[in-house]
Amino acid sequence: MNTIMTGGFAEPAIQSARTFRALLEAMARPGRIGTVGGAEPPAPLSVAAGVVLLVLTDPTTPLHLAGDADCAAVRSWIAFHTGAPLVAAEEAQFALGTWNALQPVTRFLIGEPAWPDRSATLIVETDRLEPRGARLTGPGIGTEARLTLPETAAFRLNRAQFPLGFDTILTCGDRLAALPRSTRVEDN
Amino acid sequence: MYVAVKGGERAIDAAHAWLAEERRGDPAVPELSVAQIREQMTLAVNRVMAEGSLYDPDLAALAIKQARGDLIEAVFLIRAWRTTLPRFGASEPVDTGAMAVDRRISATFKDLPGGQVLGPTFDYTHRLLDFALAAEGEAPPAPTADVRDEPVPHVATLLNRDGLIEDEAPDDTPPPDLTRQPLELPASRALRLQALARGDEGFLLSLAYSTQRGYGRTHAFVGELRIGRVAVKVELPELGFAVEIGEVELTECESVNQFRGSKTEPPQFTRGYGLVMGQSERMALSMSLVDRALRWQELGEDFTGAPAQDEEFVISHCDNIQATGFLEHIKLPHYVDFQAELELVRRLRREALLAANPGAEEAAE
Amino acid sequence: MTGPSMPLAAVDPVAQGDHRLKEPPGPPPQQKGHRTQHDEADGGEDQKAGEGVGGRGHSVTRVMSDYNFAYLDEQTKRMIRRALLKALAVPGYQVPFASREMPMPYGWGTGGVQVTAACLVPEDRLKVIDQGADDTTNAVSIRRFFERTAGVATTGHTEAATLIQTRHRIPETPLTEGQILVYQVPIPEPLRFLEPRETETRKMHELEEYGLMYVKLYEDIARHGEIATAYAYPVKVAGRYVMDPSPIPKFDNPKLGGCAAIQLFGAGREARIYALPPWTEVVSLDFEDHPFVASKADHSCALCGAGNSYLDEVITDDRGSRMFVCSDTDFCAGRQAAGKAGSEGPKEGA
Repeated sequence: MNTIMTGGFAEPAIQSARTFRALLEAMARPGRIGTVGGAEPPAPLSVAAGVVLLVLTDPTTPLHLAGDADCAAVRSWIAFHTGAPLVAAEEAQFALGTWNALQPVTRFLIGEPAWPDRSATLIVETDRLEPRGARLTGPGIGTEARLTLPETAAFRLNRAQFPLGFDTILTCGDRLAALPRSTRVEDN
Repeated sequence: MYVAVKGGERAIDAAHAWLAEERRGDPAVPELSVAQIREQMTLAVNRVMAEGSLYDPDLAALAIKQARGDLIEAVFLIRAWRTTLPRFGASEPVDTGAMAVDRRISATFKDLPGGQVLGPTFDYTHRLLDFALAAEGEAPPAPTADVRDEPVPHVATLLNRDGLIEDEAPDDTPPPDLTRQPLELPASRALRLQALARGDEGFLLSLAYSTQRGYGRTHAFVGELRIGRVAVKVELPELGFAVEIGEVELTECESVNQFRGSKTEPPQFTRGYGLVMGQSERMALSMSLVDRALRWQELGEDFTGAPAQDEEFVISHCDNIQATGFLEHIKLPHYVDFQAELELVRRLRREALLAANPGAEEAAE
Repeated sequence: MTGPSMPLAAVDPVAQGDHRLKEPPGPPPQQKGHRTQHDEADGGEDQKAGEGVGGRGHSVTRVMSDYNFAYLDEQTKRMIRRALLKALAVPGYQVPFASREMPMPYGWGTGGVQVTAACLVPEDRLKVIDQGADDTTNAVSIRRFFERTAGVATTGHTEAATLIQTRHRIPETPLTEGQILVYQVPIPEPLRFLEPRETETRKMHELEEYGLMYVKLYEDIARHGEIATAYAYPVKVAGRYVMDPSPIPKFDNPKLGGCAAIQLFGAGREARIYALPPWTEVVSLDFEDHPFVASKADHSCALCGAGNSYLDEVITDDRGSRMFVCSDTDFCAGRQAAGKAGSEGPKEGA
């Protein structure tokens, strides 16, 4: 019981503001890795995934938990701290899990032609998050950025649907990076 | 030598201090209390509650005092306060059929169950200035009568029994809330009604009037107008049933409109609906007429291009806080844009004059 | 009254009815709330919360502890923050958001204020400009609002600011990484003056059907020999959405693209948020035979001598004499401090 009620922000307004700023920088500069903190979500969630949930989700944002993230401890923690309703992948505004657990990602909302913002944001838990690997170009990137990605093909397909598509936040420990649908992803 | 205009902070401070002084007026005249405004400027308080979308007579009275009697400014104060309040839930739909009516009239039937109750109305007063009020005379107490212990059913319910008026099936869909979700067009009727209920009374009055004059004519009768108090109930999940948390005064108007029938529907009457917080009779009437005019598509009528039929036009322009803000923002400095225009006009003039009269370069400046 | 207790208490209308009359909403006039302190060394030029820009410090603004940090409640901020992230993901696309009533009028920067409130952190150093100047009345009013509600430090210096809220200008000094520029936007829809209906313009964006806009621009050329749009000049973002850059003079358009800072646009009354991530490709609409020209008055600043800054025209007497001075007051003051002077540069100790 205690673990459910702890692990949120001690100073919600201030900590949410700082975390959001890191998220904003991440989404504005795809591939840029930022550090966040202030929350201690239950296993298997990373600190970064936990703070993203605290900052962005609430009773108005349907959330999908995939794989190991869909466990009693996480469900209770989310219910207590954010109140986000848990839903199937197809209805989710946010989805959380490892890349494998989230498959197939074609299930997720990509928005409607008149409303591309009505799309899912995937919070992808990763073991590695480093500025090397796949080559990223597009809005928010000066010349190019590099980022370790679980794969590239799915992100290329996602980019091909622009302005539709899902957006991705990659989390690893207390670090995060973002990959919006506008980013072009290449293997090298 | 030119010195750039400075001193914005001092100017603002001084303007605010002056405003406070003007609000108070002559200090030799006793200051108005908020309670006096609440009790004696009730219809102004009601208008501020309705358009401010917040049922709180005390705060509305305070807003009127603070706004020096400018009701749109008072509505603005209430809206800005309201928006900071967190939402913990929604009440059950109020049952206006169970309203304790102070006033209830129908223009469509001479008498009906529940009776015609005139209530405190200006309707049959002669609009003669009462100089006794200037002498601050107290009004004699109004006569009272025993409460008629009988139900006061809605007129539309009576008509519906014969199938003469369109049926409105109960709908449990939670209504949208344009103060919490971005407006998306086309809007549902529920959303339109919300926009109208907090819309500017003057704007709605003029739109309703325009339908009467033929711009989207709907042949409206006042089926019923009722004013009174209804209970507000909130369901508490812990208890599993609804608990009464208080009462609000509402004005409800249902218009009965002619309808010739369509391919699928036989001729029958249709409805327009108005529901406003407080005693706000003109607003409720206007709302019901505009609501009916906006329903042309649903009822298979023609769009005649009338403003009152045009959902996007009505919803986008009925909010007086949006309207007054944007209108008044042209008082803000625009010299950057104006400079850009000025330079463009000078250049275009120069080129036009040169084209018409080569060698006239001097004159263009 | 403390921060969270007031809104919470206010949900019980029965119990609160009388209480609130005795304790009206808003900050009691004499109450002095906490003030956030910042210790960053900044050359002593910048202001702590509560001191006016210009350093006179004559008006001590109190921090309003009755409201949440940066005024908005957390649920509202979350809603705006979600919209901001989607706006960055689809550059130039107008994301609808449930704009709130703010304590300043619609049309006076409520969109920018909501975006700023959702982005601010206590460590920020805020600059607010209107028409390029820090000292215009509405800029003063908005800066004070955040001094009181967020307790953030403020500055007039473009380089020192971490977040700049602007109306109608982009600062002359190039923006850098780590900075955010928030625009106040009156009419976010670039197609609005060609087609008044939202339902229609939405379809045009969906289908990338911008022919009407080009027709309008071309009609200008046919009639005037050039495109007769001097401000709010439309741009195409990352090859997809046509966007209104807010009523900045077209002189500022070239600064929109390839900018190191994050640019966020907030339209409160129209309830739209849009964004330009850093280094986004932004192209002012034009034609091959009539390329876009970022024009300005053909003068240099009378105070600092700058020949490459946007100028305000100031009428100096009733005989039509006029002079041209930088619209960006910080840029101009910086040049004067560095010893640059124009024809009317300061000679006395102004």
